[in-house]
Amino acid sequence: MRKKSDFILGLTHGIPIGLGYLSVSFGFGIMAVQSGLSVIEAFIISLTNLTSAGQVQGVNVIAAGGTFIEMAVVQLVINIRYSLMALSLSQKLDEKFTLPYRMLAAYGITDEIFAVCSSYKGSIKPSYMFGIISISTVGWVSGTALGAAAGEILPQSLTAALGIVLYGMFVAIIVPPARKYRSILFVVMLAALLSIAAKYFLSFLSGGFAIILCAVIASAFGALLFPKREEDDT
Amino acid sequence: MSIIIYIAVMAGVTYLIRMLPFAFFQKKIKSVFVKSFLYYVPYAVLSAMTIPAILYSTGNIITAAAGTLAAFILAYFDLPLIVVALAASAAVFAAGLFF
Repeated sequence: MRKKSDFILGLTHGIPIGLGYLSVSFGFGIMAVQSGLSVIEAFIISLTNLTSAGQVQGVNVIAAGGTFIEMAVVQLVINIRYSLMALSLSQKLDEKFTLPYRMLAAYGITDEIFAVCSSYKGSIKPSYMFGIISISTVGWVSGTALGAAAGEILPQSLTAALGIVLYGMFVAIIVPPARKYRSILFVVMLAALLSIAAKYFLSFLSGGFAIILCAVIASAFGALLFPKREEDDT
Repeated sequence: MSIIIYIAVMAGVTYLIRMLPFAFFQKKIKSVFVKSFLYYVPYAVLSAMTIPAILYSTGNIITAAAGTLAAFILAYFDLPLIVVALAASAAVFAAGLFF
């Protein structure tokens, strides 16, 4: 029964992600069809990639008739941040996370799933992570299919309002610990300042690459100035 | 046909990026610096992803600012993720009626 309840806990924690994905992927579906892909192709892309920025750029490469090498490099640059997240999460995994489970769950390392998993207190069990991944994937894939098939059925005021859902969730994850720990506040502020600088002064950097750069610099300064001493899971 | 190859390349690269470090990095890290670094990464990534992008997430910087403000206030009082996320969305919708 323990296993089942972890799965359900994961499903519950994944609800905001699923909802957010539903709205974001709706936009992706619309965009993919406008770029000349079929509904089925858009659906397969969302099911096999489960990532937003990478998929948007991928569709652009397909639409522009780019080479396969270009496709690989674009995905590598935009999605390399997942390696960092995977490495960070690998330190939090429960003993039950054997190699096959790791290979399976790796599919679902997205910004949002990573965020929820890393804010989870204690070690992460496979069933918990599969719960989050399941509901998120359902939201992402069905949103894509709906967007691609139905086009713009929702009024613009509603899609605009849904655009902020995922960011709202991010804010809810970073603000409470930043309020509590000076070290996290420092890292969060530094990352935000760097990200603003990257956006307005280094706009040639791709979004994914800029984020990884800002995160690495801010985390390195945090680790230098506020080394974490004990094993406590705060 | 070539679209299938494009999709396979996309999916393959994206999966390997996630899977290789996740599956094959199994030892516990000892270095205090690296441990501290990885401890801060999630917060740094989320912060860099959110700011300033949240202000462009609705296509109207005023409604987005309303949503951002709502999110920060509610998050400051430690409300659950789903409440903060939906309240931000509701604030955007409400602001959209006026701006």
